Amino acid sequence: MATIYIDNKPYEVKAGKNLLEACLNLGKDLPYFCWHPAMGSVGACRQCAVKVYKDENDTKGKLFMSCMEQVRDGMRVSIEDLEAKEFRAHIIGWLMTNHPHDCAVCDEGGSCHLQDMTVITGHNYRQYSFQKRTYRNQYLGPFLNHEMNRCIQCYRCVRYYKDYAGGKDLDVFAAHNHLYFGRAEDGVLESEFSGNLAEVCPTGVFTDKTLKQHYTRKWDLTSAPSVCHHCSLGCNTIAGERYGTLRNITNRYNGEVNGYFLCDRGRFGYEFVNSAGRVRKPLVRSQLPEATDKYTALKTAASVIKVGRTIGIGSPRASLESNFVLKKLVGEDNFHHGVSDVDHDLVEMALHILREGSARTPTLQEVEKADAVFILGEDLTNTAPMLALAVRQSVRQQPMLETVSKANIPLWQDAAVRGLVQTDKGPLFIAHYIPTNLDELATHTFFDSPDAIARLGFAVANLIDAGSPEVRGISEEEQALAQQIADALMKANNPLIISGTSSGNERVLKAAANIAHALVAKEKAAGISLVVPECNSLGLAMLGGHKLESAFEAVLNGYADTVIILENDLYRRASAATVDQFLEGCKQVIVLDSLHNPTTEKAGILLPAAPFSEADGTLINNEGRAQRFFQVHPVQQEIQESWHWLAEMGTIMADQEISDWHDYDDVVKAISKEYTALEGIRKTAPPSDFRIAGQRIARAPHRFSGRTAMNAGLNVSEPKPAEDPDSPLSYTMEGYRGQPPSSVIPFFWSPGWNSNQASNKYQEEIGGHLKGGDPGVRLIAPDGTLPFSEAVPQKFIPLEGHLYMLPLHHTFGSEELSNQSASIMERIPEPYVKINAADAIRMKLDEGQHLSFSIEGQIYQLPVKLSQTIPSGTAGMPNGLPGVPFAELPAWAILNRDIKWKQQPQTTF
Amino acid sequence: MFSLLRSMWLTFLHAFHKRETILYPEQKPILPTRWRGRIVLSRDPDGGERCVACNLCAAACPVDCISLQATEDPTGRRYPEFFRINFSRCIFCGYCEDACPTYAIQLIPDFEMGEYNRQNLVYEKKDLLIDGQGKYHGYNYYKVAGMAIGGKDKGEAENEMPPVDTKSLLP
Repeated sequence: MATIYIDNKPYEVKAGKNLLEACLNLGKDLPYFCWHPAMGSVGACRQCAVKVYKDENDTKGKLFMSCMEQVRDGMRVSIEDLEAKEFRAHIIGWLMTNHPHDCAVCDEGGSCHLQDMTVITGHNYRQYSFQKRTYRNQYLGPFLNHEMNRCIQCYRCVRYYKDYAGGKDLDVFAAHNHLYFGRAEDGVLESEFSGNLAEVCPTGVFTDKTLKQHYTRKWDLTSAPSVCHHCSLGCNTIAGERYGTLRNITNRYNGEVNGYFLCDRGRFGYEFVNSAGRVRKPLVRSQLPEATDKYTALKTAASVIKVGRTIGIGSPRASLESNFVLKKLVGEDNFHHGVSDVDHDLVEMALHILREGSARTPTLQEVEKADAVFILGEDLTNTAPMLALAVRQSVRQQPMLETVSKANIPLWQDAAVRGLVQTDKGPLFIAHYIPTNLDELATHTFFDSPDAIARLGFAVANLIDAGSPEVRGISEEEQALAQQIADALMKANNPLIISGTSSGNERVLKAAANIAHALVAKEKAAGISLVVPECNSLGLAMLGGHKLESAFEAVLNGYADTVIILENDLYRRASAATVDQFLEGCKQVIVLDSLHNPTTEKAGILLPAAPFSEADGTLINNEGRAQRFFQVHPVQQEIQESWHWLAEMGTIMADQEISDWHDYDDVVKAISKEYTALEGIRKTAPPSDFRIAGQRIARAPHRFSGRTAMNAGLNVSEPKPAEDPDSPLSYTMEGYRGQPPSSVIPFFWSPGWNSNQASNKYQEEIGGHLKGGDPGVRLIAPDGTLPFSEAVPQKFIPLEGHLYMLPLHHTFGSEELSNQSASIMERIPEPYVKINAADAIRMKLDEGQHLSFSIEGQIYQLPVKLSQTIPSGTAGMPNGLPGVPFAELPAWAILNRDIKWKQQPQTTF
Repeated sequence: MFSLLRSMWLTFLHAFHKRETILYPEQKPILPTRWRGRIVLSRDPDGGERCVACNLCAAACPVDCISLQATEDPTGRRYPEFFRINFSRCIFCGYCEDACPTYAIQLIPDFEMGEYNRQNLVYEKKDLLIDGQGKYHGYNYYKVAGMAIGGKDKGEAENEMPPVDTKSLLP
């Protein structure tokens, strides 16, 4: 700690920080532009000038840029000094000379850092009356809008896009006062993290294009804290609503999970909520008209369940509560996981490793601090994008620890640090079957089949600790690589092993667990991060249940005749033929879902389930962190959470236990009572009767407009505002105005700070934890009882006339819900099959020609893409892409050299 | 006693004063142009809608009786998709007019808005939009804003330089 004097008042601040951070931490409103808490200081904009005095007798002082000045004990600073104030006002005056008169038509207005800073410095009137500079804009793809006139040349965009996120296609062009921030030519921004530019840009150069289609000012949004549903990482988001439709997703700072950023799938995937394919009315298909009211549907469903022998199929994209209530309703023995059997086993295995292994799962922010990383069989950018972004930061750890600390440069001195580190990178090893976006950072990449990847992993584990089994018949080259990896991991302070379920191979997971175990056995603070398929995959696994296959068997063998399918498209979980057979075998099919899909088409009774923005629930992410998401707005139609539907069914059926549950808290209480492992979910958020000063927490900001006019078109008499029985939040602007507990922050706002930079005011320390601790409760801690796995796989041997089909994943295209978002749809690739280039020559195939093959009777004909890296005898097929029928991968595909297409059952691709 | 008689005398004298009462509605009152009466949405000199749906009027409204939704035409010109004022709530304070950066929303000297049915006090855009410029003549927001819209490209607004040629090295 150090004592500094700001305007002659002593303050205790953390030593080693920069002065700007220290001042912001103390709640001082010091303006800044180029500094960003996640990106450090470059001292480019000159906006954060303060007076620094030599000693107490110094009355003149010198102007210093506070972001570039390290805090020293006994330092004397003045923010209020007239000269400093005037300097800051002039700087903003100059920055504004070419800024257009656009605020009224600018999407940033109302959440604009530039507006905030202009007001803070008191630059109320413009003195510049000469000509303004203009620029032509670029088309940047479906996510971002470009309006270059508004640029104030702070360089944050390129520093974020190139330096932080590793993008290649955004840069600064031209010279002197013609600086241009954009692409070399019009085109889609390639990075999966481009959406963050909308938040990084302090003004409206880059804005959210999906928001523009239904534009709403930040002050008019009804927002609630939410959790991203589009991958297993559980990034925290803020979802905003107006006039009954979801308007945008913005980042919700969480010091342990996503920090300041989100990926584009998470930011723009929300549009499925507004899609035309939503299920909005209960349907009972045995009557006419099919659309009916809530109680008819519920009664019909309850009577069907009562007579039938009912099984339930849960879902990894439904909340823990919904799955739990379904499990209660159908009974422990009749609850099946609605995931493919491969996924079921792999997630069970991952949970097993996390619970009983010896290494701890680091949070995303801890991943950034890892100084040696080994990735086994995961294409992170496409399966867990934000983890890839964290790994990108982690490769800078080792050089920073070594060279930068020696050079005595503080780590926040971004330009100096990057200059010193240059292209030095810490150890990062990637073993996968196709190239990944992180390969450019890797010390060494290893391309082979999943079994070979597992063998390499086992070899590394064996080299670290001989307790792990030896790998027989390994080549010298692989042994040397294993040695190199083992040495790098042993040298590191915080080695990290990343693996996951996406390659569909459990041996890879076991190998990863062995390496982590070996490192811990050698007393290393090793971490293991396992990526699972979906947002609540781990939660579903913790709840327990049978395989999907056994559900199919139960119906086919006549043990069951009625099925309740919870938020799940079974055609994405098993082959179409199997699911058809299963659904035809059921007398009654009850489906709860938010979007129409092939499974809802087959439903006898279809109940409209609420998507994430209209629901309360809990998700468990890949690190075992339970996180609560809140309903954003009241829903007029008969749409409610799946757990609500199921609990009401249970009440109609007079189920003793379920009848006692009246609101969300009752369900959560029941879960924590029944599962000791899930007890922590009660602490994820305050209960619904939580009040601050007797008030709820307002979802709408105090400037929320149109309250007495928005519904007046329908009826001039205003209805009573909706009440929320499930959370301590209110749907209106009425409520507590101060800072709520960290888990229920509906939006970041602080007087004078309307942009998302207001999150500074909610943190204990800039870029650190939120006040009162970051939201989320970790439910899993390793107990170290898992022994070394002995399951070293054999070498992969190709099979004549067959290809071993491996799953390939896409950030845009592999996830079910985001695929229904208009902007994401534009980025989904065309279906293809990736084969080894040498194999292609042998098969006389060229890029773009069609390869026909069949997997378990399902026939595919897909255009070929050539790959140098995918091992001979294997091929890759995109997973979950629209137009590619499901196949449980990995699997052997039989090559159909001469399919007579006319004689085949036709499948549309 | 005296004051009583004096008051009666003064009151009596009023019988010979000029009448202040107007025989409304036969005779219409003359109101100053800045009278805060019925709210209208005006058009710019070129006949385009002045309102750019910036939401400032709605935010300024102390009774929250204005609600609107922004949308854009294919050329990028922003306008309100709907614009609704609930006059049964309006207090005619004129804050909306003060907040308007485009002179679109104006309070005019007309107060004859009485209705038997309260629902009829809810005015939509078709009820609000007039064909003229209202009180403020000659102002066209898009002529000073930097956005390119149909009929006005980048660099064609008032006090603007032509778009930067990023390939040029000349100062």
